[in-house]
Amino acid sequence: MSFLRTVWLIVRKDFLIEARSREVLYTTLFFAVSCVLVFAFGFVREGRPLEDAASGILWIAIAFSGTLALGRAFERERQSETLRALLIAPIDRPALYVGKLVGVLLLLFVVELIIVPLVALMFQAPLFDHALLMMGLLVAGTIGFAAVGTLFAAMLVRARSRDVLLPVLLYPITIPVIIAGVRGTAALLEGDPNIAVARMWLSMLFFFDVVFVTLALWTFEPVMTE
Amino acid sequence: MDTRKLFILPLVAIAAMFAYAPYAIHAAPYESTMGLVQKIFYFHVPAAMAMFLSAFVCGIASAVFLFGRKEKADRLALSAAELTVLFGLIVLISGPLWARKAWGVWWQWDARLTSTLILWLVFQAYLLLRRYGGPGSDRLAAGVAIFGAANVPFVYWSVNVWRTLHPPTNVVRTLEPEMMWPFMWSAIAYLGLYGLMLAARYRLENRRAELEEIYLAAED
Repeated sequence: MSFLRTVWLIVRKDFLIEARSREVLYTTLFFAVSCVLVFAFGFVREGRPLEDAASGILWIAIAFSGTLALGRAFERERQSETLRALLIAPIDRPALYVGKLVGVLLLLFVVELIIVPLVALMFQAPLFDHALLMMGLLVAGTIGFAAVGTLFAAMLVRARSRDVLLPVLLYPITIPVIIAGVRGTAALLEGDPNIAVARMWLSMLFFFDVVFVTLALWTFEPVMTE
Repeated sequence: MDTRKLFILPLVAIAAMFAYAPYAIHAAPYESTMGLVQKIFYFHVPAAMAMFLSAFVCGIASAVFLFGRKEKADRLALSAAELTVLFGLIVLISGPLWARKAWGVWWQWDARLTSTLILWLVFQAYLLLRRYGGPGSDRLAAGVAIFGAANVPFVYWSVNVWRTLHPPTNVVRTLEPEMMWPFMWSAIAYLGLYGLMLAARYRLENRRAELEEIYLAAED
C-alpha cells in the first residue's frame, strides 16, 4: 500500500470515529473556550485588557487544548488496543505517524477557528488585519507543536502516569515553537504592526517544523517497536 | 579485578585540584568592573561546561541505544542525564547569585539563561519519565533525550533574536593570562569530577544490570 494511501485511510478512520461521537472535538473546544475565559478574568483590569496579553493567551490556549486533544486521541486507541493492531498491520510506521498527525492537526485547526475570533473579540486584538500572515503563524506553529505532541502521545500510550507525563515532556521541548508563535503574533498586534519581524518568526517556525517532523519520523519507528 | 581500585588515583588527583582551586582563584586579579563577585566565574562556567557536555553525552548515547539497540548505551544515557540535572543545578544557583550583583537582578530572560533552564527541565522530564513511566520507558526516554539535545540550539537561537545580556562564550578566549590559568584549572577539575562521577554511576548501573541477570537466573 502506498504511503499516501495509508495516511489517507488512517485520517479517514479517525475522522469517522470522531464524527460519530464528536467527543474529542466538543470537549477540546469547550476546554479551549474556558481557558480563554479564565485568562480574560486574569488579564483584564477595569474593563481594559493588558497590552500584549492577547498573543500569549491565544498560544497558551492552543498549547493547553492541544495537549488535551492529543491525550484523548491516543486514549481512544489504547482502550481497545487498536494502536497495537495498527502497529501489527503491514504498513509503514512513518505513514502511521503522519496519519495521526494530520488527524490531530485538523482537530486543532477547528479549535483555532473558534478561539482566534474569541480572543480577537474579548481582548480587542486586531488579529485579522494581516489575516494571511496570522494564518501562516497559526498553521506553522500548530504543526510544530503537534509534530512533537503526536510522537510523545503515541509513545506514552504504553507508559504509566501518561496523563501527567505528556505535558511534562511536551512543554519544555515545544518552547521554541511557543516563543516564535507568541512573538510573531505580538509583532502583528502592535499599534504599528511590524511585518518584517512577524515574517522572521514565521520563517523560524517553518524551520522548526521541518526539523521536528524529520526527527519525529526518524524516531517513531524505533520508539514504537517493543 | 576489582574496578573500584581504578577510581582511587583519579579521585585523589581531583580532590587535590579542588583543594588547591581556592588559592588559585584567590591569586587571580580582580576584574575591573565587577570586582570580587566576578570570581563566581571560576565556578559557574566550568559547571556549565560539564552540564552541556553531559547533555551531549546523553543525547548521543540515547541515539546509539535507540538505533543500535545497545543496552550499555542506555545505562550511560541514564547516568549522564542525572549528572546533567546535578551540574545544571549548580549552574542555575551560581548564575543568579552572580547576576544579582553584576546586573542587579536575579534572573533575566536572556538567551543563554533560558536555554540552560529549558535544557535542565528537559532532563528533569527525562528522569521523571524513567522513574514513573513503567516498563518500556527506557526507549521513550531515549526519544525525549534526542529531542532535548536537538532542541538546545533552537531555544538558544529563538531567545537570542529576542534579547541578550549574558556575556558571549568568546570571553574565555580573551581572558588575561593571570585569569586564564585559574580558569583552566577549575575547568579541568570540574570536567575531571564529571568524568569520574559518570564512570562511577555507569559502573553502578552495570552492576545493577548484572544483579538483575543473576536474580533472573536464580529464579529459573
